[in-house]
Amino acid sequence: MAVWAWVIIGIVVVLLFYFVFIFNGLVGLRNQVKNAWAQIDVQLKRRHDLIPNLVQTVQGYMQYERATLEAVTKARNVAQQAIGQGVGAQAKAEGELSGALSRLLAVVERYPDLKANQNFLALQEQLTSTENKISFSRQFYNDSVLNYNNKTQMFPSNIVAGMTGFKQGEFFKVEEAAEREVPKVSFEQPKP
Amino acid sequence: MILVAAMGILLLLIGFGLGYLFGNGIAGLVIALVIWAIMNLIAYFQGDSILLLMSRAIKISPDDHPRLYNVVEEMKIASGLPKMPDVYIIDDPALNAFATGRDPSKASVAITSGLLEKLNRDELEGVIGHEVSHIKNRDVLLMSLCSVLLGTIVILAWYGSRALIFSGGGRRSSKGGGQGQLIILAVAIILMILAPILAQLIYFAISRKREYLADASSALYTRYPEGLASALEKLGASTGQLKSANQATAPMYIVNPFRPKGRAVSDLTATHPPLSERIRILRTMAGGASYGDYDKAYQQVHKGGASIMPATALAGAGAVGLRAAAPAATLKEPEQSRVERTREVGDLLWQKSGYKIIDCECGTRLKIPSNIGKATVKCPHCGRTHQI
Repeated sequence: MAVWAWVIIGIVVVLLFYFVFIFNGLVGLRNQVKNAWAQIDVQLKRRHDLIPNLVQTVQGYMQYERATLEAVTKARNVAQQAIGQGVGAQAKAEGELSGALSRLLAVVERYPDLKANQNFLALQEQLTSTENKISFSRQFYNDSVLNYNNKTQMFPSNIVAGMTGFKQGEFFKVEEAAEREVPKVSFEQPKP
Repeated sequence: MILVAAMGILLLLIGFGLGYLFGNGIAGLVIALVIWAIMNLIAYFQGDSILLLMSRAIKISPDDHPRLYNVVEEMKIASGLPKMPDVYIIDDPALNAFATGRDPSKASVAITSGLLEKLNRDELEGVIGHEVSHIKNRDVLLMSLCSVLLGTIVILAWYGSRALIFSGGGRRSSKGGGQGQLIILAVAIILMILAPILAQLIYFAISRKREYLADASSALYTRYPEGLASALEKLGASTGQLKSANQATAPMYIVNPFRPKGRAVSDLTATHPPLSERIRILRTMAGGASYGDYDKAYQQVHKGGASIMPATALAGAGAVGLRAAAPAATLKEPEQSRVERTREVGDLLWQKSGYKIIDCECGTRLKIPSNIGKATVKCPHCGRTHQI
Protein backbone atom coordinates (compact mmCIF):
# COMPACT_ATOMS: atom_id res chain seq x y z
CA MET A 1 0.00 0.00 0.00
CA ALA A 2 2.61 2.45 1.09
CA VAL A 3 4.80 1.52 -1.87
CA TRP A 4 1.99 2.13 -4.36
CA ALA A 5 1.22 5.46 -2.79
CA TRP A 6 4.80 6.53 -3.16
CA VAL A 7 4.93 5.41 -6.79
CA ILE A 8 1.80 7.41 -7.60
CA ILE A 9 3.11 10.45 -5.81
CA GLY A 10 6.36 10.06 -7.71
CA ILE A 11 4.59 9.92 -11.07
CA VAL A 12 2.48 12.95 -10.22
CA VAL A 13 5.54 14.95 -9.22
CA VAL A 14 7.38 14.00 -12.42
CA LEU A 15 4.36 14.95 -14.52
CA LEU A 16 4.10 18.25 -12.68
CA PHE A 17 7.74 19.04 -13.35
CA TYR A 18 7.27 18.10 -16.99
CA PHE A 19 4.25 20.36 -17.23
CA VAL A 20 6.16 23.29 -15.74
CA PHE A 21 9.08 22.61 -18.06
CA ILE A 22 6.91 22.69 -21.20
CA PHE A 23 4.95 25.69 -19.96
CA ASN A 24 8.13 27.69 -19.39
CA GLY A 25 9.38 26.69 -22.81
CA LEU A 26 6.19 27.98 -24.39
CA VAL A 27 6.42 31.26 -22.50
CA GLY A 28 10.00 31.65 -23.68
CA LEU A 29 9.01 31.10 -27.30
CA ARG A 30 6.08 33.50 -27.04
CA ASN A 31 8.34 36.17 -25.60
CA GLN A 32 10.79 35.58 -28.41
CA VAL A 33 8.01 36.20 -30.93
CA LYS A 34 7.09 39.43 -29.14
CA ASN A 35 10.69 40.55 -29.02
CA ALA A 36 11.20 39.74 -32.69
CA TRP A 37 8.19 41.87 -33.51
CA ALA A 38 9.66 44.77 -31.55
CA GLN A 39 12.90 44.40 -33.51
CA ILE A 40 11.08 44.99 -36.80
CA ASP A 41 9.69 48.25 -35.41
CA VAL A 42 13.15 49.35 -34.33
CA GLN A 43 14.48 48.90 -37.85
CA LEU A 44 11.49 50.61 -39.47
CA LYS A 45 11.98 53.58 -37.20
CA ARG A 46 15.65 53.73 -38.10
CA ARG A 47 14.69 53.98 -41.74
CA HIS A 48 12.30 56.82 -40.98
CA ASP A 49 15.10 58.65 -39.19
CA LEU A 50 17.48 58.26 -42.12
CA ILE A 51 15.21 59.71 -44.76
CA PRO A 52 15.29 63.45 -43.84
CA ASN A 53 19.10 63.22 -43.93
CA LEU A 54 19.03 61.55 -47.30
CA VAL A 55 16.66 64.10 -48.80
CA GLN A 56 18.82 66.94 -47.46
CA THR A 57 21.98 65.50 -48.98
CA VAL A 58 20.41 64.72 -52.32
CA GLN A 59 18.47 67.97 -52.73
CA GLY A 60 21.39 70.13 -53.77
CA TYR A 61 22.26 67.82 -56.65
CA MET A 62 18.81 67.06 -57.97
CA GLN A 63 16.89 70.23 -58.65
CA TYR A 64 14.95 68.55 -61.44
CA GLU A 65 13.72 65.63 -59.39
CA ARG A 66 11.57 67.52 -56.95
CA ALA A 67 8.61 65.20 -57.51
CA THR A 68 10.60 62.08 -56.67
CA LEU A 69 11.99 63.66 -53.53
CA GLU A 70 8.60 64.86 -52.41
CA ALA A 71 7.16 61.40 -52.98
CA VAL A 72 9.80 59.95 -50.63
CA THR A 73 9.15 62.55 -47.93
CA LYS A 74 5.41 62.04 -48.24
CA ALA A 75 5.67 58.25 -48.11
CA ARG A 76 7.83 58.56 -45.03
CA ASN A 77 5.30 60.77 -43.25
CA VAL A 78 2.48 58.40 -44.14
CA ALA A 79 4.51 55.47 -42.86
CA GLN A 80 5.25 57.28 -39.63
CA GLN A 81 1.59 57.96 -39.05
CA ALA A 82 0.77 54.33 -39.79
CA ILE A 83 2.71 53.18 -36.70
CA GLY A 84 0.27 51.55 -34.32
CA GLN A 85 -2.55 51.32 -36.87
CA GLY A 86 -2.37 47.58 -37.29
CA VAL A 87 -0.08 45.24 -39.20
CA GLY A 88 -1.89 45.64 -42.52
CA ALA A 89 -1.82 49.43 -42.68
CA GLN A 90 1.75 49.61 -41.48
CA ALA A 91 2.95 47.01 -43.96
CA LYS A 92 1.25 48.84 -46.83
CA ALA A 93 2.75 52.21 -45.89
CA GLU A 94 6.22 50.72 -45.48
CA GLY A 95 5.90 48.96 -48.81
CA GLU A 96 5.10 52.26 -50.50
CA LEU A 97 8.06 53.89 -48.79
CA SER A 98 10.32 51.15 -50.11
CA GLY A 99 8.97 51.79 -53.60
CA ALA A 100 9.54 55.55 -53.39
CA LEU A 101 13.06 55.02 -52.08
CA SER A 102 14.04 52.61 -54.80
CA ARG A 103 12.72 55.07 -57.40
CA LEU A 104 14.89 57.79 -55.87
CA LEU A 105 17.97 55.60 -55.88
CA ALA A 106 17.31 54.61 -59.48
CA VAL A 107 17.28 58.30 -60.42
CA VAL A 108 20.59 58.80 -58.59
CA GLU A 109 22.27 56.80 -61.35
CA ARG A 110 21.96 59.86 -63.56
CA TYR A 111 24.01 62.05 -61.20
CA PRO A 112 27.66 60.98 -61.15
CA ASP A 113 28.61 63.91 -58.88
CA LEU A 114 26.20 62.70 -56.26
CA LYS A 115 27.49 59.16 -56.48
CA ALA A 116 30.97 60.43 -55.67
CA ASN A 117 29.76 62.34 -52.61
CA GLN A 118 31.17 60.74 -49.44
CA ASN A 119 28.19 61.82 -47.40
CA PHE A 120 25.79 60.25 -49.84
CA LEU A 121 27.77 57.02 -50.03
CA ALA A 122 27.72 56.71 -46.26
CA LEU A 123 23.97 57.31 -46.25
CA GLN A 124 23.46 54.77 -48.99
CA GLU A 125 25.33 52.16 -46.97
CA GLN A 126 23.15 52.89 -43.95
CA LEU A 127 20.02 52.72 -46.06
CA THR A 128 20.96 49.46 -47.77
CA SER A 129 21.83 47.95 -44.42
CA THR A 130 18.64 49.16 -42.78
CA GLU A 131 16.69 47.69 -45.64
CA ASN A 132 18.48 44.36 -45.07
CA LYS A 133 17.92 44.60 -41.33
CA ILE A 134 14.21 45.08 -41.91
CA SER A 135 14.02 41.96 -44.03
CA PHE A 136 16.22 39.96 -41.65
CA SER A 137 14.21 40.98 -38.61
CA ARG A 138 11.06 40.01 -40.46
CA GLN A 139 12.69 36.70 -41.35
CA PHE A 140 13.62 36.09 -37.72
CA TYR A 141 10.11 37.04 -36.63
CA ASN A 142 8.62 34.48 -39.01
CA ASP A 143 11.12 31.84 -37.88
CA SER A 144 10.16 32.53 -34.26
CA VAL A 145 6.45 32.30 -35.08
CA LEU A 146 7.07 29.00 -36.87
CA ASN A 147 8.91 27.60 -33.83
CA TYR A 148 6.24 28.79 -31.48
CA ASN A 149 3.37 27.48 -33.62
CA ASN A 150 5.06 24.12 -34.01
CA LYS A 151 5.34 23.87 -30.23
CA THR A 152 1.70 24.76 -29.68
CA GLN A 153 0.53 22.19 -32.25
CA MET A 154 2.84 19.25 -31.62
CA PHE A 155 2.28 16.53 -29.07
CA PRO A 156 2.74 16.64 -26.09
CA SER A 157 3.27 20.38 -25.73
CA ASN A 158 -0.05 21.06 -27.48
CA ILE A 159 -1.86 19.69 -24.40
CA VAL A 160 -0.15 22.19 -22.15
CA ALA A 161 -0.71 24.96 -24.69
CA GLY A 162 -4.39 24.11 -24.95
CA MET A 163 -4.84 23.99 -21.17
CA THR A 164 -3.14 27.31 -20.52
CA GLY A 165 -4.45 29.22 -23.53
CA PHE A 166 -1.47 29.77 -25.83
CA LYS A 167 -2.73 31.16 -29.14
CA GLN A 168 -1.15 30.72 -32.56
CA GLY A 169 1.24 33.41 -33.73
CA GLU A 170 0.60 35.37 -36.90
CA PHE A 171 3.13 35.34 -39.76
CA PHE A 172 4.29 38.61 -41.26
CA LYS A 173 3.23 37.97 -44.81
CA VAL A 174 1.49 41.19 -45.74
CA GLU A 175 4.51 43.25 -46.60
CA GLU A 176 5.86 40.62 -48.92
CA ALA A 177 2.88 41.24 -51.18
CA ALA A 178 3.59 44.95 -51.13
CA GLU A 179 7.24 44.31 -51.85
CA ARG A 180 6.45 42.16 -54.83
CA GLU A 181 4.90 45.18 -56.50
CA VAL A 182 8.02 47.23 -56.08
CA PRO A 183 9.96 46.24 -59.17
CA LYS A 184 6.95 47.05 -61.29
CA VAL A 185 6.65 50.47 -59.71
CA SER A 186 10.32 51.31 -59.98
CA PHE A 187 10.34 51.12 -63.75
CA GLU A 188 7.36 53.42 -64.11
CA GLN A 189 8.07 57.03 -64.98
CA PRO A 190 6.33 59.46 -62.65
CA LYS A 191 3.32 60.81 -64.48
CA PRO A 192 3.31 64.54 -65.18
CA MET B 1 27.90 14.80 -27.21
CA ILE B 2 28.98 11.17 -27.34
CA LEU B 3 32.31 12.32 -28.71
CA VAL B 4 32.80 14.81 -25.91
CA ALA B 5 31.99 12.14 -23.35
CA ALA B 6 34.48 9.80 -25.02
CA MET B 7 37.16 12.44 -24.60
CA GLY B 8 36.27 12.88 -20.94
CA ILE B 9 36.52 9.14 -20.33
CA LEU B 10 39.88 9.12 -22.05
CA LEU B 11 41.06 11.83 -19.69
CA LEU B 12 39.89 9.89 -16.64
CA LEU B 13 41.55 6.73 -17.89
CA ILE B 14 44.86 8.42 -18.43
CA GLY B 15 44.63 10.08 -15.03
CA PHE B 16 43.99 6.71 -13.45
CA GLY B 17 46.84 5.10 -15.36
CA LEU B 18 49.24 7.85 -14.43
CA GLY B 19 48.26 7.62 -10.79
CA TYR B 20 48.66 3.87 -10.87
CA LEU B 21 52.27 4.25 -11.97
CA PHE B 22 52.91 6.29 -8.87
CA GLY B 23 51.11 3.80 -6.75
CA ASN B 24 47.64 5.29 -6.41
CA GLY B 25 45.10 5.22 -9.23
CA ILE B 26 42.44 7.27 -7.48
CA ALA B 27 44.86 10.08 -6.65
CA GLY B 28 45.83 10.29 -10.31
CA LEU B 29 42.20 10.49 -11.27
CA VAL B 30 41.62 13.34 -8.85
CA ILE B 31 44.68 15.18 -10.11
CA ALA B 32 43.48 14.84 -13.72
CA LEU B 33 40.09 16.25 -12.78
CA VAL B 34 41.57 19.13 -10.82
CA ILE B 35 43.90 20.11 -13.66
CA TRP B 36 41.04 19.90 -16.13
CA ALA B 37 38.79 22.02 -13.91
CA ILE B 38 41.41 24.72 -13.48
CA MET B 39 42.14 24.91 -17.19
CA ASN B 40 38.44 25.05 -17.93
CA LEU B 41 37.93 27.95 -15.55
CA ILE B 42 40.73 29.86 -17.22
CA ALA B 43 39.32 29.11 -20.67
CA TYR B 44 35.82 30.05 -19.56
CA PHE B 45 36.63 33.42 -18.08
CA GLN B 46 39.66 34.52 -20.03
CA GLY B 47 39.54 32.46 -23.22
CA ASP B 48 38.14 35.12 -25.52
CA SER B 49 40.39 37.94 -24.35
CA ILE B 50 43.44 35.70 -24.52
CA LEU B 51 42.53 34.65 -28.05
CA LEU B 52 41.90 38.21 -29.22
CA LEU B 53 45.10 39.40 -27.61
CA MET B 54 47.11 36.60 -29.17
CA SER B 55 45.75 37.28 -32.62
CA ARG B 56 46.45 41.02 -32.18
CA ALA B 57 42.89 41.95 -33.09
CA ILE B 58 41.81 45.59 -33.10
CA LYS B 59 38.32 46.46 -31.92
CA ILE B 60 36.35 48.68 -34.29
CA SER B 61 33.34 50.94 -33.83
CA PRO B 62 30.42 51.41 -36.26
CA ASP B 63 32.06 54.53 -37.75
CA ASP B 64 35.36 52.83 -38.46
CA HIS B 65 34.00 50.42 -41.00
CA PRO B 66 30.24 50.84 -41.44
CA ARG B 67 29.82 48.02 -43.94
CA LEU B 68 31.46 45.35 -41.77
CA TYR B 69 29.67 46.55 -38.66
CA ASN B 70 26.33 46.62 -40.47
CA VAL B 71 26.80 43.14 -41.89
CA VAL B 72 27.55 41.80 -38.41
CA GLU B 73 24.47 43.55 -37.07
CA GLU B 74 22.34 42.15 -39.91
CA MET B 75 23.48 38.64 -39.06
CA LYS B 76 22.92 39.30 -35.37
CA ILE B 77 19.32 40.17 -36.20
CA ALA B 78 18.86 37.22 -38.56
CA SER B 79 20.15 34.76 -35.97
CA GLY B 80 18.37 36.41 -33.05
CA LEU B 81 21.45 36.86 -30.87
CA PRO B 82 20.54 38.71 -27.67
CA LYS B 83 23.42 41.18 -27.98
CA MET B 84 25.57 42.69 -30.69
CA PRO B 85 28.97 40.93 -30.72
CA ASP B 86 32.12 43.06 -30.63
CA VAL B 87 33.74 43.44 -34.03
CA TYR B 88 37.50 43.09 -34.48
CA ILE B 89 39.93 43.42 -37.37
CA ILE B 90 43.23 41.54 -37.56
CA ASP B 91 45.91 43.30 -39.57
CA ASP B 92 47.02 40.34 -41.65
CA PRO B 93 46.92 39.72 -45.41
CA ALA B 94 45.92 36.08 -44.84
CA LEU B 95 42.26 35.30 -45.42
CA ASN B 96 40.45 34.16 -42.30
CA ALA B 97 37.83 35.01 -39.71
CA PHE B 98 36.85 33.67 -36.30
CA ALA B 99 34.31 34.02 -33.53
CA THR B 100 34.89 33.78 -29.80
CA GLY B 101 33.12 34.32 -26.49
CA ARG B 102 31.70 31.98 -23.92
CA ASP B 103 28.01 32.71 -24.46
CA PRO B 104 25.84 34.54 -27.00
CA SER B 105 25.56 37.65 -24.87
CA LYS B 106 29.31 38.12 -24.60
CA ALA B 107 30.90 37.33 -27.92
CA SER B 108 33.24 38.75 -30.55
CA VAL B 109 33.72 38.34 -34.27
CA ALA B 110 37.12 38.97 -35.86
CA ILE B 111 38.12 39.12 -39.49
CA THR B 112 41.49 39.64 -41.14
CA SER B 113 42.02 42.78 -43.18
CA GLY B 114 42.96 40.58 -46.14
CA LEU B 115 39.58 38.90 -46.15
CA LEU B 116 37.70 42.15 -45.64
CA GLU B 117 39.37 43.56 -48.74
CA LYS B 118 38.62 40.57 -50.86
CA LEU B 119 34.93 39.88 -50.24
CA ASN B 120 31.90 41.65 -51.62
CA ARG B 121 28.87 42.25 -49.46
CA ASP B 122 27.09 38.95 -50.14
CA GLU B 123 30.23 36.95 -49.49
CA LEU B 124 31.02 38.91 -46.34
CA GLU B 125 27.50 38.18 -45.15
CA GLY B 126 28.02 34.45 -45.71
CA VAL B 127 31.27 34.45 -43.72
CA ILE B 128 29.87 36.55 -40.88
CA GLY B 129 26.77 34.34 -40.87
CA HIS B 130 29.05 31.33 -40.37
CA GLU B 131 30.86 33.03 -37.48
CA VAL B 132 27.70 34.32 -35.84
CA SER B 133 26.22 30.84 -35.95
CA HIS B 134 29.30 29.51 -34.12
CA ILE B 135 28.29 31.96 -31.40
CA LYS B 136 24.61 31.12 -31.61
CA ASN B 137 25.20 27.35 -31.50
CA ARG B 138 27.62 27.81 -28.58
CA ASP B 139 30.37 26.12 -30.56
CA VAL B 140 32.90 28.47 -29.06
CA LEU B 141 32.19 27.14 -25.58
CA LEU B 142 32.03 23.52 -26.78
CA MET B 143 35.25 23.71 -28.73
CA SER B 144 37.18 25.47 -25.99
CA LEU B 145 36.06 22.84 -23.49
CA CYS B 146 37.19 20.15 -25.91
CA SER B 147 40.51 21.78 -26.63
CA VAL B 148 41.21 22.14 -22.92
CA LEU B 149 40.30 18.48 -22.53
CA LEU B 150 42.65 17.62 -25.36
CA GLY B 151 45.40 19.78 -23.93
CA THR B 152 45.09 18.18 -20.50
CA ILE B 153 45.25 14.69 -21.97
CA VAL B 154 48.34 15.56 -23.97
CA ILE B 155 50.09 17.10 -20.96
CA LEU B 156 49.27 14.18 -18.68
CA ALA B 157 50.36 11.62 -21.27
CA TRP B 158 53.61 13.47 -21.76
CA TYR B 159 54.41 13.53 -18.05
CA GLY B 160 53.27 9.96 -17.71
CA SER B 161 55.59 8.69 -20.39
CA ARG B 162 58.52 10.65 -18.90
CA ALA B 163 57.82 9.21 -15.48
CA LEU B 164 57.61 5.75 -16.94
CA ILE B 165 60.96 6.03 -18.67
CA PHE B 166 62.95 7.59 -15.86
CA SER B 167 61.63 5.98 -12.72
CA GLY B 168 58.29 4.23 -12.63
CA GLY B 169 58.86 1.05 -14.61
CA GLY B 170 61.78 -0.39 -12.71
CA ARG B 171 60.44 0.16 -9.23
CA ARG B 172 57.12 -1.47 -9.98
CA SER B 173 58.38 -4.65 -11.59
CA SER B 174 61.03 -5.26 -8.94
CA LYS B 175 58.31 -5.41 -6.33
CA GLY B 176 56.96 -8.35 -8.23
CA GLY B 177 53.23 -7.82 -7.83
CA GLY B 178 52.30 -10.70 -10.12
CA GLN B 179 50.77 -11.02 -13.54
CA GLY B 180 47.75 -8.78 -12.88
CA GLN B 181 49.90 -5.76 -12.19
CA LEU B 182 52.01 -6.39 -15.22
CA ILE B 183 48.97 -6.36 -17.46
CA ILE B 184 47.74 -3.12 -15.94
CA LEU B 185 51.19 -1.64 -16.41
CA ALA B 186 51.17 -2.65 -20.07
CA VAL B 187 47.72 -1.15 -20.55
CA ALA B 188 48.88 2.06 -18.89
CA ILE B 189 51.82 2.31 -21.25
CA ILE B 190 49.67 1.73 -24.31
CA LEU B 191 47.21 4.31 -23.01
CA MET B 192 49.98 6.89 -22.62
CA ILE B 193 50.84 6.44 -26.25
CA LEU B 194 47.36 6.12 -27.72
CA ALA B 195 45.36 8.58 -25.65
CA PRO B 196 46.74 11.80 -27.18
CA ILE B 197 46.28 10.48 -30.70
CA LEU B 198 42.79 9.23 -29.99
CA ALA B 199 41.83 12.48 -28.27
CA GLN B 200 43.11 14.46 -31.25
CA LEU B 201 41.02 12.38 -33.65
CA ILE B 202 37.86 12.77 -31.58
CA TYR B 203 38.53 16.48 -31.31
CA PHE B 204 38.80 16.82 -35.07
CA ALA B 205 35.59 14.88 -35.59
CA ILE B 206 33.68 17.21 -33.27
CA SER B 207 35.18 20.24 -34.93
CA ARG B 208 34.21 19.09 -38.43
CA LYS B 209 30.64 18.41 -37.36
CA ARG B 210 30.29 21.91 -35.97
CA GLU B 211 31.70 23.38 -39.17
CA TYR B 212 28.99 21.71 -41.23
CA LEU B 213 26.37 22.99 -38.82
CA ALA B 214 27.75 26.52 -39.02
CA ASP B 215 27.71 26.41 -42.82
CA ALA B 216 24.11 25.25 -42.75
CA SER B 217 23.17 28.00 -40.28
CA SER B 218 24.85 30.62 -42.40
CA ALA B 219 22.80 29.49 -45.39
CA LEU B 220 19.68 29.60 -43.24
CA TYR B 221 20.33 33.12 -41.91
CA THR B 222 21.32 34.68 -45.21
CA ARG B 223 18.90 32.58 -47.29
CA TYR B 224 21.69 32.70 -49.82
CA PRO B 225 24.14 29.76 -49.77
CA GLU B 226 25.93 31.03 -52.86
CA GLY B 227 27.38 33.95 -50.86
CA LEU B 228 29.26 31.66 -48.48
CA ALA B 229 30.15 29.24 -51.29
CA SER B 230 31.84 31.93 -53.35
CA ALA B 231 33.58 33.32 -50.26
CA LEU B 232 34.94 29.85 -49.49
CA GLU B 233 36.14 29.62 -53.05
CA LYS B 234 38.13 32.82 -52.60
CA LEU B 235 39.46 31.53 -49.28
CA GLY B 236 40.50 28.28 -50.90
CA ALA B 237 42.44 30.02 -53.62
CA SER B 238 44.66 31.85 -51.16
CA THR B 239 47.97 30.54 -49.95
CA GLY B 240 48.72 32.91 -47.08
CA GLN B 241 49.17 31.59 -43.57
CA LEU B 242 47.78 33.38 -40.56
CA LYS B 243 50.68 34.40 -38.36
CA SER B 244 48.85 34.70 -35.08
CA ALA B 245 46.85 31.46 -34.93
CA ASN B 246 47.80 28.40 -32.91
CA GLN B 247 46.81 24.77 -32.72
CA ALA B 248 44.28 25.15 -29.92
CA THR B 249 42.42 28.01 -31.56
CA ALA B 250 42.28 26.50 -35.04
CA PRO B 251 38.65 25.28 -34.94
CA MET B 252 37.46 28.82 -34.26
CA TYR B 253 38.52 29.99 -37.70
CA ILE B 254 36.42 29.71 -40.83
CA VAL B 255 39.12 27.75 -42.65
CA ASN B 256 42.01 25.88 -41.10
CA PRO B 257 44.75 28.47 -40.48
CA PHE B 258 47.41 25.76 -40.56
CA ARG B 259 48.48 24.44 -43.83
CA PRO B 260 51.86 24.13 -45.43
CA LYS B 261 53.09 27.54 -46.44
CA GLY B 262 52.61 28.26 -50.09
CA ARG B 263 50.00 25.56 -50.54
CA ALA B 264 46.31 26.12 -51.08
CA VAL B 265 43.88 25.06 -48.33
CA SER B 266 43.96 21.39 -49.06
CA ASP B 267 41.32 18.74 -48.64
CA LEU B 268 43.50 17.11 -46.00
CA THR B 269 42.86 19.73 -43.33
CA ALA B 270 41.70 18.05 -40.23
CA THR B 271 39.82 20.53 -38.04
CA HIS B 272 37.70 21.55 -41.01
CA PRO B 273 35.92 19.52 -43.65
CA PRO B 274 37.47 19.77 -47.11
CA LEU B 275 36.72 23.18 -48.59
CA SER B 276 35.81 21.81 -52.00
CA GLU B 277 33.22 19.62 -50.34
CA ARG B 278 31.76 22.47 -48.27
CA ILE B 279 31.39 24.50 -51.44
CA ARG B 280 29.80 21.63 -53.31
CA ILE B 281 27.24 21.03 -50.57
CA LEU B 282 26.29 24.70 -50.47
CA ARG B 283 25.89 24.80 -54.25
CA THR B 284 23.81 21.60 -54.23
CA MET B 285 21.23 23.27 -51.98
CA ALA B 286 18.75 23.87 -54.76
CA GLY B 287 15.37 23.69 -53.07
CA GLY B 288 15.73 25.95 -50.07
CA ALA B 289 17.90 27.23 -47.25
CA SER B 290 16.70 25.17 -44.28
CA TYR B 291 18.75 22.69 -42.25
CA GLY B 292 16.83 19.92 -43.98
CA ASP B 293 17.91 21.18 -47.39
CA TYR B 294 21.53 21.32 -46.26
CA ASP B 295 21.28 17.80 -44.93
CA LYS B 296 19.84 16.59 -48.21
CA ALA B 297 22.62 18.29 -50.14
CA TYR B 298 25.20 16.75 -47.81
CA GLN B 299 23.81 13.28 -48.40
CA GLN B 300 23.74 13.90 -52.13
CA VAL B 301 27.38 14.93 -52.17
CA HIS B 302 28.29 11.94 -50.01
CA LYS B 303 26.31 9.48 -52.10
CA GLY B 304 23.79 8.38 -49.53
CA GLY B 305 25.88 9.01 -46.42
CA ALA B 306 24.44 9.43 -42.95
CA SER B 307 22.75 12.63 -41.86
CA ILE B 308 25.13 15.30 -40.57
CA MET B 309 22.75 17.73 -38.87
CA PRO B 310 21.80 17.17 -35.23
CA ALA B 311 18.26 15.83 -34.92
CA THR B 312 17.18 18.88 -32.89
CA ALA B 313 18.04 21.16 -35.81
CA LEU B 314 16.00 19.08 -38.24
CA ALA B 315 12.92 18.69 -36.08
CA GLY B 316 10.05 21.01 -36.87
CA ALA B 317 11.87 23.03 -39.51
CA GLY B 318 9.57 24.22 -42.26
CA ALA B 319 10.35 24.97 -45.87
CA VAL B 320 12.63 27.96 -46.25
CA GLY B 321 12.98 29.71 -49.56
CA LEU B 322 16.16 31.06 -51.09
CA ARG B 323 16.46 34.70 -52.00
CA ALA B 324 17.81 36.44 -55.06
CA ALA B 325 21.36 37.77 -55.18
CA ALA B 326 20.66 41.31 -53.97
CA PRO B 327 19.23 41.33 -50.46
CA ALA B 328 15.90 43.09 -49.91
CA ALA B 329 15.60 43.22 -53.71
CA THR B 330 14.56 46.85 -53.66
CA LEU B 331 17.87 48.62 -53.14
CA LYS B 332 21.04 47.69 -54.85
CA GLU B 333 24.32 48.91 -53.52
CA PRO B 334 26.85 49.75 -56.20
CA GLU B 335 29.48 47.03 -56.14
CA GLN B 336 32.65 48.44 -54.67
CA SER B 337 35.77 47.60 -56.55
CA ARG B 338 38.59 45.66 -54.98
CA VAL B 339 40.76 48.80 -55.00
CA GLU B 340 38.17 50.82 -53.10
CA ARG B 341 37.77 48.14 -50.47
CA THR B 342 41.52 47.84 -50.04
CA ARG B 343 41.86 51.59 -49.59
CA GLU B 344 39.02 51.62 -47.09
CA VAL B 345 40.56 48.90 -44.94
CA GLY B 346 44.04 50.40 -45.26
CA ASP B 347 42.86 53.79 -44.04
CA LEU B 348 41.08 52.17 -41.14
CA LEU B 349 44.25 50.39 -40.04
CA TRP B 350 46.28 53.60 -40.31
CA GLN B 351 43.73 55.37 -38.14
CA LYS B 352 43.68 52.56 -35.61
CA SER B 353 47.43 52.73 -35.19
CA GLY B 354 47.25 56.39 -34.22
CA TYR B 355 47.57 58.13 -37.56
CA LYS B 356 45.33 61.04 -38.51
CA ILE B 357 43.99 61.11 -42.04
CA ILE B 358 43.51 64.43 -43.84
CA ASP B 359 42.02 64.71 -47.31
CA CYS B 360 43.67 67.51 -49.29
CA GLU B 361 41.62 69.32 -51.92
CA CYS B 362 44.08 68.25 -54.61
CA GLY B 363 43.05 64.63 -54.03
CA THR B 364 46.03 63.61 -51.93
CA ARG B 365 45.33 61.73 -48.72
CA LEU B 366 47.76 62.63 -45.98
CA LYS B 367 48.45 60.21 -43.14
CA ILE B 368 49.90 62.06 -40.17
CA PRO B 369 51.50 60.19 -37.24
CA SER B 370 50.35 61.30 -33.80
CA ASN B 371 53.83 62.25 -32.63
CA ILE B 372 54.57 64.69 -35.45
CA GLY B 373 54.93 67.62 -33.00
CA LYS B 374 53.69 70.33 -35.37
CA ALA B 375 50.34 72.09 -35.59
CA THR B 376 50.22 72.35 -39.38
CA VAL B 377 51.41 70.22 -42.25
CA LYS B 378 52.04 70.98 -45.91
CA CYS B 379 50.65 68.87 -48.71
CA PRO B 380 53.60 67.50 -50.67
CA HIS B 381 51.75 67.80 -53.98
CA CYS B 382 50.06 71.19 -54.03
CA GLY B 383 51.63 72.93 -51.05
CA ARG B 384 48.42 73.77 -49.19
CA THR B 385 48.80 73.86 -45.41
CA HIS B 386 46.47 71.82 -43.21
CA GLN B 387 45.67 72.15 -39.51
CA ILE B 388 46.14 68.96 -37.56
